[in-house]
Amino acid sequence: MVEIRRFEEKINEEYNKGLVPGLVHLYVGQEAVAVGVCANLTKDDYVVGTHRGHGLAIAKGVPLDKLAAEIMGKESGCCKGRGGSMRVAYLESGLLYSCPIVGTNLPLATGVGLSIKLRGTDQVAVSFFGDGASNTGDFHESLNLASVWKLPVVFVCENNSYAISVHIKKSTAVEDIYKRAVAYGIPGVIVDGNDVLAVYEAAQQAVQRARAKEGPTLIECKTYRTVGHGTTDPGTTYRSKEEVEEWKKRCPIKRFREYLVVNGVVSEEQLRQIEKEVEVRVEEAIRFAEQSPYPPPTALMDYVY
Amino acid sequence: MREITYVEALNEALREEMRRDERVIILGEDVQLGYSGRGGLFLVTAELMKEFGAERVRDTPISEEGFVGAAIGAALTGLRPVVEIMYADFLLPCMNQIVNVAAKLRYSTGGQLKVPIVIRAMIGQGRGVGSDHSQVLIPWFMNVPGLKVVAPSTPYDAKGLLKSSIRDESPIMFFEPFLLYRTKGPVPEEEYLIPLGKADVKKKGKDVTLVAISTMVPRALSAAEKLEKEGISVEVIDPRTLIPLDKETILNSVKRTNRLVIAESSVKTCGVGAEISSMVVEEAFDYLDSPIKRVAAPHVPAPAAPTLEKLTIPDENDIIKAVKELVEG
Repeated sequence: MVEIRRFEEKINEEYNKGLVPGLVHLYVGQEAVAVGVCANLTKDDYVVGTHRGHGLAIAKGVPLDKLAAEIMGKESGCCKGRGGSMRVAYLESGLLYSCPIVGTNLPLATGVGLSIKLRGTDQVAVSFFGDGASNTGDFHESLNLASVWKLPVVFVCENNSYAISVHIKKSTAVEDIYKRAVAYGIPGVIVDGNDVLAVYEAAQQAVQRARAKEGPTLIECKTYRTVGHGTTDPGTTYRSKEEVEEWKKRCPIKRFREYLVVNGVVSEEQLRQIEKEVEVRVEEAIRFAEQSPYPPPTALMDYVY
Repeated sequence: MREITYVEALNEALREEMRRDERVIILGEDVQLGYSGRGGLFLVTAELMKEFGAERVRDTPISEEGFVGAAIGAALTGLRPVVEIMYADFLLPCMNQIVNVAAKLRYSTGGQLKVPIVIRAMIGQGRGVGSDHSQVLIPWFMNVPGLKVVAPSTPYDAKGLLKSSIRDESPIMFFEPFLLYRTKGPVPEEEYLIPLGKADVKKKGKDVTLVAISTMVPRALSAAEKLEKEGISVEVIDPRTLIPLDKETILNSVKRTNRLVIAESSVKTCGVGAEISSMVVEEAFDYLDSPIKRVAAPHVPAPAAPTLEKLTIPDENDIIKAVKELVEG
């Protein structure tokens, strides 16, 4: 989680320096979701993410340097700079794709589930999406299909209450997305998405259920992005300062840090050491990305077919 | 050689490929049994569930975006799905998955992913099924880098091209016109493949090059036969795949005949003919003795009334008229 947070802060700095092309959506505040879920997965399990995909990439084991280079559009990126921030994929660690069109990744995860079922392995497919995606046809078609075919899929809704600037009360008929599972005859679970252990436990059950061939689960993680929708959004016009501050108090990193120290799992000193190491790794990754070359013009037409 | 129908040829291609490769699966509406009790609304998937089982031949809910997306997900992770879209118009609910996902994945991931999927879509034109069941959307997909577009006109081509499409590593849009489903033609018993990107000269000729697409090929051939009797020798070329397009065969022909007519049953605006004629103007302008003629559907939704629908599908006479205008004009 610390690695994700620090990485995103650095990417924001790089963006402000003009070194990141296109749109960038930071995962700041939501780290516990990707980390808590992915802690249950192996590299053979598949995940698909969204435009807000850096956190998932790190949690699923994409090397920081390849990720940073991809975000900056460099040839050394995990997608050779063709995908950019919103389309990170790294097959080697099971990050199949990050799909920036809202809702679009749910059918993909469903199909991955079908492939797992027909190939007879015990892998699982996990789709991460926001509360906004739960209003798309893709969401409903996928939950229906995954349920009818009893596929090993876990649908993880990261409910951060805002679809860009529109509050969930204005856009969504239910405030709790997990309730939508009822319509498809699958378990729906709600969890504090800023509590990494709670997310871990909810995901553990869903993943076990999928591996046991018992079908899909919908998990709703209540969370919050304490930054704007994207790097061009200060995140201040459609929500109050108080609301943001309130959620900052519930920072998943702070909470887990306290938990670890209070319970004597690790010492304050050890944590500081880890944070120092993270700082170095992130710095190195960013430097690698900055120094990497862009794809050459001669390579424009590679990979179309 | 034995003769079978276009539908039977497609069915054989599916059966052979499913026997050859267990990763090949079929997804679609009513593909298992349908109301015929045999498989598929038009029997393209007839008796396949009987042989390969309900796991590999799967009925889907009527939710194209969902099941086409699922087929793409399956294709990314080891299967080779063939999706049946009952009417090509039903591609529109799943354009997002086809255009934003299937076509883009290989490129956007720097070549990490491939999407070996075939999307078979039936063109409903010619049976009075109206505006949203009759569209010839071939040109739409030609505009999307990352997709290949296949449109066979004979049972022989349908079988050979479907088999090659299933073995291809790229996402493929495969268009099958209802108007050709019951046509018969010679198809060998033994296995064969037809490579994508190779046009077929259906009839040799020296006065005019007539490029005909899909439904228009048999109409072009009968037009050419009649014109032959009037002393006009027409070369009929079926590109068979529009992406990749066999430019060479078309250009070589135009360089000999110096005249070009393109016939399609899509709407003329931004149609296949627009693309091919521009290509020929760019690459062989000096060889042309006359303007290029396009025979295509007028800019109108398909009407249900038979008297009107007939006017939206170019026939033999429209083609004859266009050729004569060039030769005699």
